[in-house]
Amino acid sequence: MTYGFTRKLLGSAAIVASILVATAAPSFAATLKMAWAQDATGLDPHKQTAFSSIRLLELIYEPLVRLDADLKTVPAIATSWSFSEDAKTLTFKLDPKAKFHNGAPVTAADVKASFTRILDQATGAAARANYLSIEAMETPDEHTIVFKLSQPDVPLLTAMGSINAAIVPASEIAAGKIGTQAVGSGPFKLEKWEPNARETLVVNSDWAGGKPGVDGIEIRVLPDENAILAALRAKQVDFALLNDPLVATLVPKVAGLTLNRKPVLAYHVLQLNPSRKPMTELKVRQAISCAIDRKDILDTALLGEGEVTGPLTMPGYRSDPSTLFCYSRDVEKAKKLMADAGYAGGFSATVIAATGEPPTAASEAQVIQSQLQEIGIKLDIKLMELNVYVDTWLKGDFDMAVALNGGRADPYSMYNRYWTKAGNLQKVANYIDDDLDSLMQKGRVETDPAKRREIFSAFDKHLAEVSPWIWLYTGYSYTAQQQNVQGYVPTPDGSLFGISKITLK
Amino acid sequence: MNYLIRRLVTFPLVMFGVSVLVFVAIRLVPGDSITAMLGTEAGLLTPEQRQSLAVYFGLDQGWFSQYWRWLSGVFSGNLGISVTYGKPVLDVILERFPLTLELAVLAMVIALGIGLPLGVFAATRNEKRSDLAVRIFAMIGQSTPSFVIGLLIIFALSAGFGILPAMGQFVPFLEDPLGNLSQLILPAMTLGLSFTASVTRISRSAVLDVLGDDYVRTARAKGAPKARVIWRHALPNALIPVVTLSGVEFGYLLGGAVLVEQIFALPGLGRLVLDAILQRDYALVQGSVLFVALNFMIVNLLVDLTYVMLDPRIRLGGRA
Repeated sequence: MTYGFTRKLLGSAAIVASILVATAAPSFAATLKMAWAQDATGLDPHKQTAFSSIRLLELIYEPLVRLDADLKTVPAIATSWSFSEDAKTLTFKLDPKAKFHNGAPVTAADVKASFTRILDQATGAAARANYLSIEAMETPDEHTIVFKLSQPDVPLLTAMGSINAAIVPASEIAAGKIGTQAVGSGPFKLEKWEPNARETLVVNSDWAGGKPGVDGIEIRVLPDENAILAALRAKQVDFALLNDPLVATLVPKVAGLTLNRKPVLAYHVLQLNPSRKPMTELKVRQAISCAIDRKDILDTALLGEGEVTGPLTMPGYRSDPSTLFCYSRDVEKAKKLMADAGYAGGFSATVIAATGEPPTAASEAQVIQSQLQEIGIKLDIKLMELNVYVDTWLKGDFDMAVALNGGRADPYSMYNRYWTKAGNLQKVANYIDDDLDSLMQKGRVETDPAKRREIFSAFDKHLAEVSPWIWLYTGYSYTAQQQNVQGYVPTPDGSLFGISKITLK
Repeated sequence: MNYLIRRLVTFPLVMFGVSVLVFVAIRLVPGDSITAMLGTEAGLLTPEQRQSLAVYFGLDQGWFSQYWRWLSGVFSGNLGISVTYGKPVLDVILERFPLTLELAVLAMVIALGIGLPLGVFAATRNEKRSDLAVRIFAMIGQSTPSFVIGLLIIFALSAGFGILPAMGQFVPFLEDPLGNLSQLILPAMTLGLSFTASVTRISRSAVLDVLGDDYVRTARAKGAPKARVIWRHALPNALIPVVTLSGVEFGYLLGGAVLVEQIFALPGLGRLVLDAILQRDYALVQGSVLFVALNFMIVNLLVDLTYVMLDPRIRLGGRA
């Protein structure tokens, strides 16, 4: 009797184990098995601005140029380019080998059609704002495109490196198929997309950039990052993207897994609203800057996973934070500034933060709350769903906001939206400063790299001093991989284009 | 029969109420499809660009005309087009439904298969040690959130044994029964555990209740075997509260189990609705909520009909 029962028990345990093992065996085909928590929200490269979409679209589409791991402009569809002396004409030579996934060659006419679409207001391309200096386009031959600009615009070249300026076939535009079918010229073709579940990519063997190291990519959307870690442990996934530092820092503890960390351009910031009292007062804003211990927030909320930063976060322009205004905490100075401004007793304000975006937003707000309490500022934290937060943020309807804002490779493209008088997000920044505006305009037209650095260094210093926002730190982008994955190169703009160089051992 | 017709007549009324509620509620939440797609970059749009996107997403018209257009579509079986999926809403829902249905059925089978015998067992052992053990199990099961159980299972399997069921895609039962079950058994157990606990508790107390009744004493006095007294005489009469509970729970499960789907990365109805809300895919939110409401009403009706089967004294429709 007992024997029979034990045998039955062992039998059923064996069945359960075999069911589980059957699905866990790793395959050795050259298909990269990938996972991420957030899926793309659409396929139109000109309209999609969310990171989660761009990461997918960068594997399918190509812009004229691309940014490498050091944010230098390197060839993509264009093999070479040049600015005219007066920086008002920008000419690209296209790669004659470049082909779309439908077999048609990429021509100057496609480039012209793509930019015409981006600039057309009816398209609704948010990135249009970056290409407004384009006045006319000429196509002297099939492989040459000339952009005539209304004013000198040096940052335009870097802006061309965005997937929002992807080149799509003129025929697909005419057919109205952009966004429903993904016909690009990039390393992979989209074979199947089930939104919020998975996508299947197959290699584009005609890719002008060379043959990618894998035959295809299977991407699965695993919305919980703990589950991604579990899938990595069980070797179900070769390569995964992680957002949450709390999960990412567990990866190195698992044998056989490697974590790739890359400092990114996106910055964590405490946005003040200088149009609301008492943040209208320079001294109050500066007091807040002096009362904030950036390193402490970084260590507490982000487990130290990042670097303290000033306004400019790109490697070529980043300044030593210790040279910026009040970057080492000085509570006495902060209290004095508050008293000078007539707020010795402090004040109350509300700070908004988005739930889960970034994953550490709530803890950041809490640390900031406790730090500002020391100079008498009582913060009320309002956590909002991301979309509600975005809506509130766009209206500039907040006293303070904990934010993670995207960065750009060029300082002008990154900040003209906030700190120039005509900036589209001026109503979010709510701060007008003649010096900032004129430094931006100078930087836009200056072609000499050394002089540009000087201009933007002055901009960086001044912005930190007038403190409309309190810049905190930049984090890392994380990818985790198994030992069989080789050749991946991360970039500071968070792009996953490096996947095209991955090989599987 | 009369009763059935009367109940069916209320269906459209309830559905209408639900449709108005969900239509208004999702629009009252700040943010729209445009901010969902573009995030803060939506601030870079010119008024003309915003307008053209509003037309694309169907946001350019007043609420009333949006509602009217949607409602007239619903009557012809067209729930609208999902902007996220680029497909008819009904197709998207029906793709997700088999998984949700199977998960709900499996969870119910686990819960009733374990909970009911356990509850009856505990009732017959009232206040003995084994009863106490069952009650402690039920207490723990009911008070542990499903996501904790799910994460623990995943962690234990992946860290302890390096194995894990396939996540992120659904393998239909008919295509690969073994793969399908291996994929769903853990989420079903996760979902089923807390429900098992409720079933155990409620069946225990219901059986305890009837065990003191006259007809049970009579059955015992006639010398009927103990098992027969419990299973044939006591249990059927104790089932009513279990059926009520199961109906409500099954209705919920058919609406999708958001947390468990999220953790096990299963593309079910719960995540569909959640993602639709986050992406402000209005048509999809409206369509799927309506679908879930319809399921709930059908389940409720079935529960009421089951009462009659279990206890012929119950007359539906008010006359006793």
